[in-house]
Amino acid sequence: MNPGLGQLWVYLQADPLGWLTATLIAYWIGVRAQRAAGGRPSVNPVAIAVVLLVALLAATGTPYQTYFEGAQFVHFLLGPATVALAIPLYENWRAVKRSLVPMVAALLAGTVTAVTSAVAIAWALGASAESLVSIAPKSVTTPVAMGIAEKLGGIPSLTAVLVILTGIIGAIIATPLLNALGLKDWRARGFAVGVAAHGLGTARAFQVNDLAGTFAGIGMALNALATAILVPVLWHW
Amino acid sequence: MIEAGILLLLCQLAGESIVRALAVPVPGPVLGALFMLAFLALRRGVPDNLARTSHDLLANFSLLFVPAGTGIILHAARLEAEALALIAALIGSTALTIAVASLAFVGMDRLLGGTQPKEQQP
Repeated sequence: MNPGLGQLWVYLQADPLGWLTATLIAYWIGVRAQRAAGGRPSVNPVAIAVVLLVALLAATGTPYQTYFEGAQFVHFLLGPATVALAIPLYENWRAVKRSLVPMVAALLAGTVTAVTSAVAIAWALGASAESLVSIAPKSVTTPVAMGIAEKLGGIPSLTAVLVILTGIIGAIIATPLLNALGLKDWRARGFAVGVAAHGLGTARAFQVNDLAGTFAGIGMALNALATAILVPVLWHW
Repeated sequence: MIEAGILLLLCQLAGESIVRALAVPVPGPVLGALFMLAFLALRRGVPDNLARTSHDLLANFSLLFVPAGTGIILHAARLEAEALALIAALIGSTALTIAVASLAFVGMDRLLGGTQPKEQQP
């Protein structure tokens, strides 16, 4: 490599700008791939972006911390985007108000199922104790899930990964699963996906239908609350 | 866009501050969303620029999970060692949760005699 190129490489690898750009490009490739596949949910943009970035980090020997210095600007927007969920919520307020009782029923059933089934399956297949604690809040949006895992002695950064894998799985299986169940109510479809697969499920729901996306956002928020209360109780019991 | 950005950040800031000050078990941005909802209810409508900005943000919501997802690289060894248990738990539990929650929603809705006019079919 000539010295000029070498210096350029050192700059790109150390500067936040390079990794921020790489994150956007990787996601853009994922979105284009999904579009090329006719919008099929199994071609998931986040999964594609993560695979590309992990390969790039491994190939260049870049530590995750260096990568995150650039990517944090994207990560930061999770907060404002969550606040922005209030806008579709307001616009669909009448449908939301009328659905309060079904939502509470779905929330209770969903939250308990999400936590107990994840821990039970992982335990039956011999996962370690640390992994069991870390997987318990896997359906909850990232920052809250990490907080729950930390409180109970899990590994927060492992929880973050399990949460995002859950979101990718939810975004992929939701449409075929709900179709197989014969469910045609956008409110129920969206809400269930939000409870099971947080923000990534919500993003997928918005792709399909606005009302489903709104209910997914509510499901995500309520499940974060319910799990934060329920998991510590279940754990000590 | 500036006004929309200020509004979103102010709501989040208020949410995060209150969560920290009062140690409520609610994520700051979720409380921020409630403040935003209250603001819209008081104003009786969504300002155009806020509608546009939030639409753009939510249209690219899944991008925002890419940085944390890339953190999988930190846990490659554990994920490999426990791959079967963890993947089976994630897939099984996510499918079960979607099924149980959606059926509970629809079941309760039917008990109440339907709480919403028919929407268009998926």
